[in-house]
Amino acid sequence: MSRVKTLQSLFKRYRRPGDIVFAWLALIVSLYLLSRIADQTVWRSGGKLFAQPRFWPAVSLGGMAAFAALHLLGSALSERIQGRWQEVWLWITSLEYAAWFIAYAAAVPYAGYLPATILFAIALGLRAGYRRTSTLVAAGAAAGVIVVLFKTLLRVNLPSGRVYEVLPDGLRQIMLTYF
Amino acid sequence: MENLLAGLEMLARWDVILALLVGSVGGVIIGAIPGVGPAVAIAILLPATFSLDPIVGLTMLLGIYGSSMYGGAIPAVLINTPGTAVNALTSYDGYPMTERGEAHRAVSLAYSASFWGGIFGIGCLILLSPVLAIIAPMFGSREIFLAAFLGILLVILAHRGQIFAAGLLAMFGIFLQTLGLDAVTYTQRYTFGYSFLSSGINLIVVVLGLFALSQAFYLLTAPDSSPNAKPIRGKMSAGFRELLRHKRVATVASAFGVILGMVPGTGEFTAQFMSYTYAQKTSKDPDSFGKGSPEGLIASEAANNAVPAAAMIPLLALGIPGEALTAMMLSVFYVHNVIPGPQLFQNNLDLVYGLYFALIALNVIVMVFLLFSTNLLTVIIRVPTRFLGMLILLLSFVGVYSLRNSLTDCMIAAGFGILGLVLKRLNLPIVPIILGMVLGGIMEVKLRSALPRLKTPFDMIDRPISFILFVLILLVLALHLRTLVKEWRAHQPQEDHDLHDSQLR
Repeated sequence: MSRVKTLQSLFKRYRRPGDIVFAWLALIVSLYLLSRIADQTVWRSGGKLFAQPRFWPAVSLGGMAAFAALHLLGSALSERIQGRWQEVWLWITSLEYAAWFIAYAAAVPYAGYLPATILFAIALGLRAGYRRTSTLVAAGAAAGVIVVLFKTLLRVNLPSGRVYEVLPDGLRQIMLTYF
Repeated sequence: MENLLAGLEMLARWDVILALLVGSVGGVIIGAIPGVGPAVAIAILLPATFSLDPIVGLTMLLGIYGSSMYGGAIPAVLINTPGTAVNALTSYDGYPMTERGEAHRAVSLAYSASFWGGIFGIGCLILLSPVLAIIAPMFGSREIFLAAFLGILLVILAHRGQIFAAGLLAMFGIFLQTLGLDAVTYTQRYTFGYSFLSSGINLIVVVLGLFALSQAFYLLTAPDSSPNAKPIRGKMSAGFRELLRHKRVATVASAFGVILGMVPGTGEFTAQFMSYTYAQKTSKDPDSFGKGSPEGLIASEAANNAVPAAAMIPLLALGIPGEALTAMMLSVFYVHNVIPGPQLFQNNLDLVYGLYFALIALNVIVMVFLLFSTNLLTVIIRVPTRFLGMLILLLSFVGVYSLRNSLTDCMIAAGFGILGLVLKRLNLPIVPIILGMVLGGIMEVKLRSALPRLKTPFDMIDRPISFILFVLILLVLALHLRTLVKEWRAHQPQEDHDLHDSQLR
């Protein structure tokens, strides 16, 4: 009995709510990927084992599945922590910010880097719960500084907005080059 | 001597000096703001440095890497919140000192110890260079494969209490680097017919997602807060005098930093922990540790600041990064076709010396900056956390999109951002994924190129260095098993903790 208890305590560690959900997901993904190894990789007949294109995917996915199973075992043997589904819900709600990011990235080539960044910063500031004008102005100003730093000064490779095409000649050139 | 002068000459350029200033000062500010950390900053700036000269880009990133820990000590001491995770132990003794009205003493002591550790680390790097230049060429494919394998093993085993999760994530990293077209056989691997997966998943996209975007999501989904640090009065240089009374602790702690900084997968946290334990064991007043002991503060700060220079050793000499930040720097080398490894010491020794001088200069710049601007930093760190999250999101876009103007990259980065958020919320490490990707790639290439020379498996270890590395691998495994057996017998498993150096960086 005491040995079982020790084995359990050996697997125990500091955990947070939602750990077992992650463990299950990791195991399912690993096993799914491993099950597709035959059709997603190639075995070259006559080639050495270590030089096979399948070798490293097999090693890594085998390792992933084994560690995921052990992680799940450790999680299952540990005491249940309350708040599992609240935690999973928080993961899901974070998808909203991923969507914000993708929408911003999709908008830049059309709306232009400077306008899109300032608008996005103010909108995200409002979404984050800031209502004071000074904070929103600070968000817009910070966005402006980012644009000047990266696009104007460092000349980082970012697209110019299609919206700039409608601007008058002189201004259009400046906006296309620097903002 | 010629290379030494050429290295100095490299630094005597306005763009390099500017990069060094921006990197050093920026690194201190980034380090001082809890919730940002050098990994986020380096990830964001990485693509921006690709268009710069290698020495300019690298000095900027080195500046951030080397100086962030100086800044991280400020909130650790003043508000009991480490700016970077590696300053965690600093708060153990720094904050109690602040509570009893010794904030100025604690901060100045932290700066002095950091400077001591930083310079000690660079000194060791310079002294070791001639040895590295001799040893590095002895590393062939077999040796580099075994060293990378040892790195993966150490990364997994260093996450005590989370070994299964670290193993799972390291293997996931290795898997990620296999995706796409195999460069030798030209066959598709796990592309599922999607053309965007044919070229594989870019390391920088993964890094930006896991470190930067995840941090933005983390801050935006958590309740808003604003750290409140009080200004400090007094001369910041006062700590040097007190540090000189604890030279032994500072030197031994720095040595721990150097040794553990060289070993892949261990890094600042382990160095800090070991030197703290050493300082406590050898102190005349061990009971004061954790209650505001200057020795404890010195031990932790000297150790973590000695690491960056030491971490450059495996990176420069063998092309093997020991942790996430050097893994990111590796991509800057590759972009400029400067391949770190044995040849670097033969072909680009001037660049190596240039980096050494940059490291020395950054420590001096940071020290001078901090002597005059600590109170300014206490104002900067009051930025509300959600506002910070928003800024990180905006900056992450620059990093991801500037790579190749691809919306798909942004989507992939957002996906890794969610994964990073889940890992952070679960207190699971992120670093194994990045090191798995980098070291996995190295292992695959080196094992393939070693194959033609291998008739039997024993040929893998028939050379002195490969044999030593093999023995080291066995030793690491044996020591780990021994610890497990000891814990089993003692009926007292290792106590779990939530301090993992990957959590905040």
